[in-house]
Formats: sequence, C-alpha cells, structure tokens
Amino acid sequence: MLYLILFLPLLGSFISAFFYKKIGDRTCQIITSAFVVTGAILSSIILLETIKTGKVYEYPILNWITSGTLKLHWSIYVDSLTAVMLVVVNSVSALVHIYSIGYMSHDPHKPRFMSYLSLFTFMMLSLITADNFLQLFFGWEGVGLASYLLIGFWFKKESANNASMKAFIVNRVGDLGLLIAMFLIFKTFGTLNFSEVFSQAADQSKNSIKIFGGEYNLITTICVFLFIGAMGKSAQIFLHTWLPDAMEGPTPVSALIHAATMVTAGVFLVARCSPLFEYSQYALNLVAFVGATTAIFAASIAIVQTDIKRIIAYSTCSQLGYMFFAAGMGAYNVAIFHLFTHAFFKALLFLGAGSVIHAFHDEQNIEKMGGVWKKIPLTYALMLIGTLALTGFPLLAGFYSKDAIIESAYFSKSLFAGYAFIIGLTTAFITSIYSWRLIFKTFHGKYNNTMSFEKVHESGPVMLIPLFLLALGAIFSGYVFHGIFIGENTQFWGKAIFFLKQTAHGHPPLWLLILIPTLVILAIPLSFILFLKRKDIVEGFINNNRPFYNFLVRKWYFDELYDLIFVKSFRGIGTFLWQRGDVKTIDAYGPDGVAKVVKNLSDRASSIQSGYLYHYATVILIGVILIVSFLIII
Amino acid sequence: MNFPILSFLTFFPLVGVIFILLRRGSDEVVERSSKNISILVSVINFIVSLFLWSKFDLANPGFQFVEESQWIKNFVSYKIGVDGISIFLVLLTTFISPLCIFASINSLKKRIKEFLIAILIMQTFMIGVFCALDLFLFFLFFEGGLIPMFLIIGIWGGERRVYSALKFFLYTFLGSIFMLIAIIAIYWNMNTLDLVKLTESKIPENLQYWMWLGFFISLAVKLPMWPFHTWLPDAHVEAPTAGSVILAAILLKISGYGFIRFSLGLFPIASHYFANFVFVLSVIAIIYASLVALMQTDMKKLIAYSSVAHMGYVTIGIFSFTKQGLDGAIFQMISHGLISASLFLCVGVLYDRVHSRLIQDYSGVVNVMPKFALVFIFSSLANVGLPGTSGFVGEFLTLIGTFKVNYIVAILAATGVILSAAYSLWLCKRVVFGEFKVNNHGEKLLDLDVTEIVILFMLMILTIVFGVYPNLILEPISSSVDLVVKNMGAIK
Repeated sequence: MLYLILFLPLLGSFISAFFYKKIGDRTCQIITSAFVVTGAILSSIILLETIKTGKVYEYPILNWITSGTLKLHWSIYVDSLTAVMLVVVNSVSALVHIYSIGYMSHDPHKPRFMSYLSLFTFMMLSLITADNFLQLFFGWEGVGLASYLLIGFWFKKESANNASMKAFIVNRVGDLGLLIAMFLIFKTFGTLNFSEVFSQAADQSKNSIKIFGGEYNLITTICVFLFIGAMGKSAQIFLHTWLPDAMEGPTPVSALIHAATMVTAGVFLVARCSPLFEYSQYALNLVAFVGATTAIFAASIAIVQTDIKRIIAYSTCSQLGYMFFAAGMGAYNVAIFHLFTHAFFKALLFLGAGSVIHAFHDEQNIEKMGGVWKKIPLTYALMLIGTLALTGFPLLAGFYSKDAIIESAYFSKSLFAGYAFIIGLTTAFITSIYSWRLIFKTFHGKYNNTMSFEKVHESGPVMLIPLFLLALGAIFSGYVFHGIFIGENTQFWGKAIFFLKQTAHGHPPLWLLILIPTLVILAIPLSFILFLKRKDIVEGFINNNRPFYNFLVRKWYFDELYDLIFVKSFRGIGTFLWQRGDVKTIDAYGPDGVAKVVKNLSDRASSIQSGYLYHYATVILIGVILIVSFLIII
Repeated sequence: MNFPILSFLTFFPLVGVIFILLRRGSDEVVERSSKNISILVSVINFIVSLFLWSKFDLANPGFQFVEESQWIKNFVSYKIGVDGISIFLVLLTTFISPLCIFASINSLKKRIKEFLIAILIMQTFMIGVFCALDLFLFFLFFEGGLIPMFLIIGIWGGERRVYSALKFFLYTFLGSIFMLIAIIAIYWNMNTLDLVKLTESKIPENLQYWMWLGFFISLAVKLPMWPFHTWLPDAHVEAPTAGSVILAAILLKISGYGFIRFSLGLFPIASHYFANFVFVLSVIAIIYASLVALMQTDMKKLIAYSSVAHMGYVTIGIFSFTKQGLDGAIFQMISHGLISASLFLCVGVLYDRVHSRLIQDYSGVVNVMPKFALVFIFSSLANVGLPGTSGFVGEFLTLIGTFKVNYIVAILAATGVILSAAYSLWLCKRVVFGEFKVNNHGEKLLDLDVTEIVILFMLMILTIVFGVYPNLILEPISSSVDLVVKNMGAIK
C-alpha cells in the first residue's frame, strides 16, 4: 500500500510527461489526478491505522550509497508524524490536481503541468517517508526542483523565470546548512540513519566540537545548521525573499507548494529531529526567536501589499513563523497541528484567490477589484471560511492550533517565551486585520476594474468542489483532531516526536482564553472601517508616515539589499577574476607571457647572427683583447 | 583466460585506423566506409569492454587481466592490467568514444576520414593510459594522446584554433617534462619502472617530495587545477564538439586517475605532506572557477570553467585519504564524464543549427526544441548536483569524506553548490526560457533528430541510474579503494 502511495505519483508524472501525445491532454489529467486521489485515500487509511494502533511501517526499498561506514538505503518509513504529513500532502495535492483541470483549461501545456505537479508530490512523499537524512535531502532538493519548474511554468514571462531561479538559489543557501549539518552528524555519529543518530543523541549531548575557532556544544552546532536548512525551505526571515516572488507561478502551485506542503518541510524537519533539538536549549531559543520574528515581520508586510497572492504568501510566511516558534517552545506537536490545519485553510485561501483571479480574468491587484460578492457568491463564501479559519475565529481550525501555540508560549519558561507570547498575540491581531482587508477590498465596496462588470463569472464545479472539500477541512480539522494531536496525555506521537521534559501543561487563565478571540473579532469591524468606510484615515496615516509606509511596501528593503550585496557584487567579482585574474594575470604572465619572452629572446639571438663579416671580426677582436689582457694581468 | 583482452581493447582502434587507410576509391566511398569502420570498431570495443567488466573479480583489490612482456631489456616492460579504480575509466572511454563518433559523423563537414582516424588513435592512447602498469608506458600513452587532440583542435577547430591548439599543446607538454624527469629519477634510484614493484618497495622519503612535485605539475596542468587552468576554456571553445566531449569526459580524468595511482600510490608520505597545499588550490579552483563561470558569455567557456570547479571536488576527495572521499572522487570522475559530455553535446546541437556559441544569440529555445530543452535542463541540473543524479553522489561523498579531515575546506568547497546553481540556472534561463528569439538568419530550428535523441537520452538515463543506484560503481571500486586508504592510513 505504501509503495502505491509513493510511486503512483511518479508513474503519473512519467506517463504524463512522455506519453501525452499518445493519450491526449484529458487522459493525462485524469490519470495523474486519479493516482493522487488513490494516494490520498490510502493515506487516510494509514493515518487511521496509526491513530488506532500506533503502528510504525518500515520498508527498505533499495541500497543507495554504500561507501565504507556510510550505508544508506532508499526506504519507506512511516510513523505518526509521517502519517499526518502523508494525509496533508496527498489530500491537498489531490484536490489541487483536480482544481488544476479547471484552472489550467486554457493553457496549451496541460500535460506538462500535471506532470510537474505529480513529480512534486512524489518528491514531497519521499521527503517525509525518509528514514535517513540523505533521502530526506533527496526529497528536499527534489521539491525544490519541482518548485523551480512550476514557478517558471510560464517560461515566456521574464519575471517568472527570475522568480524560479531566485527560489532555487535561495533555497540552496539553506540546503548548504543542511549539508553541513549532515557532514557534522556523519563525522561525529558515524551514520546518517535517523534511528541510529537519535539513539546516540543523549550520549552525545555533553560533547563539544571545535569549529570556527571556538568550542561549541556538538548538538547545538548540528541543530543550528539543520535550522538554517529549515529556514531556507520554510521562508523564514533572511531567507524568505523567494516566497513572495514564487507567486509568479500558477495559483494551484502556490496553494500546493507554497502554502500547504513544501514550505512546511522545514517545520517537519525540526519536528523529525526533535530528539536532537531537545538536547539544545540554545538551538530551540534560536528557532523560537526566528519564528516569532518572522511571524510579525511577514504580517507587517502583508498589511500593505496589493497583490492578492502576495498577501496570502506573506501570510503563509507569518504562519510558518508561528509553527517555528511553537517548535522552539518545545511544543512540536502543536507546531505540526498548526501545520495540519494551516494546510487546509491556506490552500483554500489560495485556490479561492485563484478562483477570484479567474473571475477577473487574470487580475491580481485587490485595489482593482471590489463589489463582486453577489456575483461570485460561492467563492466569496469559501474565502470567508478560509479567512475565519486563518484568523482563528472560534471553533474553526485555526482557532485550536493558534491558541495552542500562544498558550505554549505562555506556559514556556524558555528565554524568548515572553517575546514570542507578545508577538503571537500581536500577530494574531494583525493577521486578522490584513485578512479582512483582503476580503473587503476584493469583494465589497465599489467595483473598480476596467473590465465590464458583467464579465465577472463564477468558476465551474471542477474548481469549486475541491474548494468545498478544503473548506470542510478548514472548519472541522481543528475540532476533530485537537484531542489526538495536542490533547493532554495523548499517546498518538509515540516515538515520532521526542520530549525530553514534559511540556508545561495547564489550564490557561480565563483572560487569555477571552483575549485571543476578542482581538481576532475586534479586527473585523476595525478593518471594515479602515479599508472600506473611512479610507481617508488610512490615506492620512500613509501620507504622514511616508518613509515607514515605503519601508513596509518595499518589504523592509530585503530585495534591494540582497541585490546589492550578493547579486551585483558576485557578478563584479566574477568579471574581475575572469578579466583581471585569468586574462591579465595568469595568461599574461603565464603562457602568453612566456611565449612573448621566448620570442623576444630568439629575436635577439637571431639578430646577433647578422651575417656581416665585420660584426664577427669586431667580436673576435674584442675577445682576443680581453683574453690577452687577462693573461697579461695575471 | 589467456586472451589478451586489454591489449585487444587498447590496439583494436589502431587496427580500425589501418583499415581506413587501406581503403581506396572515390572520396565518397572512402568517407562512407571510414564512417562504417570507425563505428564498427568503437562499438565492438565497447562490447568487449563490457565483457571485461563481466569477468572482473570484485573481491580482488589488485590488478587483473595483467599482461607482461619485456620491451626494452631491464628498462621498460609492456605491462598492463586493470583494478577497480581504472576499470570504470576504461569503460567510460569505450562508452564515450562511439558516442563521439556518432555525434560527429553528421555534423562534421570537412576531412571526416582524418577526423575519425584521430579519434580512434585517441581512443587507443586513452585506454592505454588507464591500463599501463609501467611508468614509461604510461608516459608514452599520456603524451601520445596530446598529438591527436592537438590536431583535432588545430584542424577542425573554430576561428582561434591555432592559438588554442598551441596553448594546449605547449602548456601540457611543458608540464609533462617534469613528470618525465621524475620518471627518470625514479628509474635511477629504484632500477625499475614497474608500478606494482614500485608500490611494494617503498621509495625513500627524501626522494618522494621531489618526485611528487614532478608528477604534480604535470597532472595539475592536465586536470586542470588553478592556476594552470587557462588552457582549458580556450581549448574547449575552439575544439569541435567531439573534441570537447573527449577532452572533458576523458582527458581530464587522466589526471585524477594519476593522482590516485601515482601520487598516492608511489609517494604516500609526500602526499600527506602536500595534502593541505592541494586542498587550498582545489578550494580556490572551485570558488574562483564558479565565479568566473557566472560571467561567461560563451556557453562552452561556461561549461569549461564549471569543469574546472568540478575537478576541484575530485582533488579534495582524493587528498582527503578517506574511503568516502576517494569513492566520491572516482565516482565524480565517471559522473562528470557523463554530464559534461551531455552538456557539450547539447551546445554542439545548438552550434550545428545556429553556428553561434554566444549565450546572447539565444532565447526561448524551448519554444521550438522542447526535447532539446528537456535534455539541456536535465544536464544542467545534474551538473548542479541535484540528488537523484550521479552528480550529487560524487559531490556529496567527496565533501563528506573531506569534512572528516578538514571541515573548513569542505565547507568552503560546499559553497560551490550555491554558485553552480547560480551559473547553471542562469544559463538555462537565458538560453532555454523566455520568448523565442534566435539569431539564425531565419532558418527553421529543428528539434533533436533520432541519433541525437539516442545519444543524449542514453547519457541521461545513465546519469539517473548512477544517481539512484551508485553502488553499481561504488561496489566494484570498493576493494581497490580500501587498499589505497589502508596504505595511506599506514603512513600516519
């Protein structure tokens, strides 16, 4: 069964890529979708099984690399953590596959698109089913590849090509961290298999390593590098710049890769490596700090963006920050729970946004929308559900997971607990503001587009049905699963997540339980006033605080800064080394220089042999004089 | 088994050359038959080499299929054999050569007969290099290979072919003189040039340093290592496609092989002594060449610089003296042989159609040549070292092996993975993606034809197979590598 889950998408991708001419576009779409839907159904069965029995599946497939003591396998390893991820990946992927049939109906390259989507699914599955670091890395890079291909799917667009390149390269920076972590692990643990590494973690926890001129705790060093990898994939601050640009890809891609699955791989990595992170409070503090900072940083940008997809992208970035700071508090299960619920409502929001973009015939600017909620009521309703779930409206999915995160910060005693707690609350409020801003600007107010109002149309059922299913997830996934995932004394995680010390549990005080929903709900009328009724207040504020506003609109100037520091300077250095180094130094003094000297010398040598008798006679005479005088002197 | 299979492999191409030379008739007839003969010969050679592999004993770390006979009394013996380290390089040679011949018979316009002769002679020399177990014999093959390559660049090359050919020849030849001196010195001190005997009888320590340097200069030029690399981009740019492929896929590997066989095998103490020196040069090569590659305007130059960077991984792997490092280095050589061949063939495909190697002359090729685009992007990503392709296994193993010994070197070298992604993807973006615009005087751009598809897809499939199941190579080389590691470990 697990073999089917893993390899059906690969098969689908292969068929769709190489046989599309024989079987036609429609068949490709059906085959790939059917394969992934099968995978989704099987994954749910596996999850139920794991919940019931706590079974762990292990299937080795093939030897991969055998080199001395380094022995690695391709394998399938499924414990409760993987089972949860399986359901997230396969169900969202299945819905996105189906949605894409409708969304891409006007595109000439349908089979290619389906093939990429299935390839991505396969890579993501091999990432989460890995039982060693290297297979994880295979999937890790593989999803990067799929993301590269899908962001650049519309290859005629210059911006899309740049975005796909940027995504891959920025991710590689993170990957370097992951690589170094693997080197360290192999050097000190002598293996890269999860079970063997984790079983040694306790023994190694006191060891230190001399690196970069200092002596650091070994586990801390490893965890910091692992986390750098996670930061790249999960678009945390400093390595986040690729995610908003990745919105150049088709919207279903954004929903699948850049919201629900790939970007959460970093969170998965941290949870998977909880047996290591638990032994390093320092690394956990770093995770918490970066996560919390990203949460508020991304939210602050989301509030001023005008591109519907970019707003949601920054929102994703911010929610990932939440997941990380939960993990940093040691509450990995809460982080995974948020990952789980987030997958549904964020995919819902993205696909909903896709439906809106479709309705407006490829308009993405929310300033140029408005007033259409009656025209596309289903999309509107579904987007509302997504927004409510995201903001943490009581009883919807986000409510359970986000509250749990903030509470984990409240109870935690770690260094950044207070910082994270405050940021968690503030960000929840900002999240609500920008989410409602999006809703109001998109669906309410005046119609603001040059296209005739009549042309705005609702999407077909093939797009709406996946949205509907996701909406069910966004509503119920929190309520149904919170007992299993984060309930007190839950046995669900078994050995999949390791807790060194019992995470602080308790009943949060009443004021906190009331405060969070209040903030979230208060934001609705506030946002209604600010962005719909009294736009002049916002405009006045913007005019009075131009620099601050620009700072947010320009995304804290990260892109400009990186362009200056990295892109321009590396190009400069490259040219310098080439022209100055190779051409003007090595060649000029090396081969060309030597050749010149040789030629010069031989020219002179040949000029001595002039052929004139008196030249030779003079030389002989001088010689004779010299010899004679030499003899006389002696 | 008494059939001299290695001698057959080595000299069978020369037999083909004789047949081509004997062929008389009109130009057309000669041309056609020389094509047929060279294809036949190279394919038979490949099949025979597969047979060799099937008979190869995995457990034996020493040399197999050894043939020996006196050549010059008490001085040079004709002794050849293969072990786990060299057998794949022989296979690589016999595999790449027919591909080169197939690729060039359609695209080459002038003097096809002579070109094929040069390629076949080249094949003899290259197989000989990997099989030779006598220093003098090795040197003969090593230097002999220069001549056909010199001609290939100088006659069938581009506009600046004479400059490049001379630069290539003089550069490498000058380097070789030091090796020759070292070989002579070894003979005077040890009274033998037999590799096996030399390995067993230890060369005195004070001699090792000088001998090591002599070999190093020669091998470093051929690898090429920074700062001896500037001949390579020029040679690649001017060489015809098949020449570039042979140069990148096989000639560059001779040095890597030489480092393992001679530097480590004969001068282990000196190798330890100079290891950090090699590390520094390799790290410079990786970062420097990658940065320079980033800014190239000529596709072939870009790939040439990327080759310099990739060879850097080979040398750090070798001089880490670890199992993983050496495994990785050998693997990287094979893998780079496949990937660089594929990349140069891709550029050749474009050049045949548009007659330009400049990146700026291309844009949006995928619009008219989707199959080509697939291969090109795939090869670029393999070059970047994407897991699942053979490029990754080589890089990963060399780095993980090196990290155990010297973490700074490994980390610096690992930054190459970011830089290689940058230059490769930027190349793809400019050439393959975007709106279609190619400066080819309005001719129609045709996608890959059947021959090209077969050649490129074969390389592609092998790249994946070795990436997913690298033990195909790692297991056979294992026992020989273990021996090297053990010998090196014994020095400390």
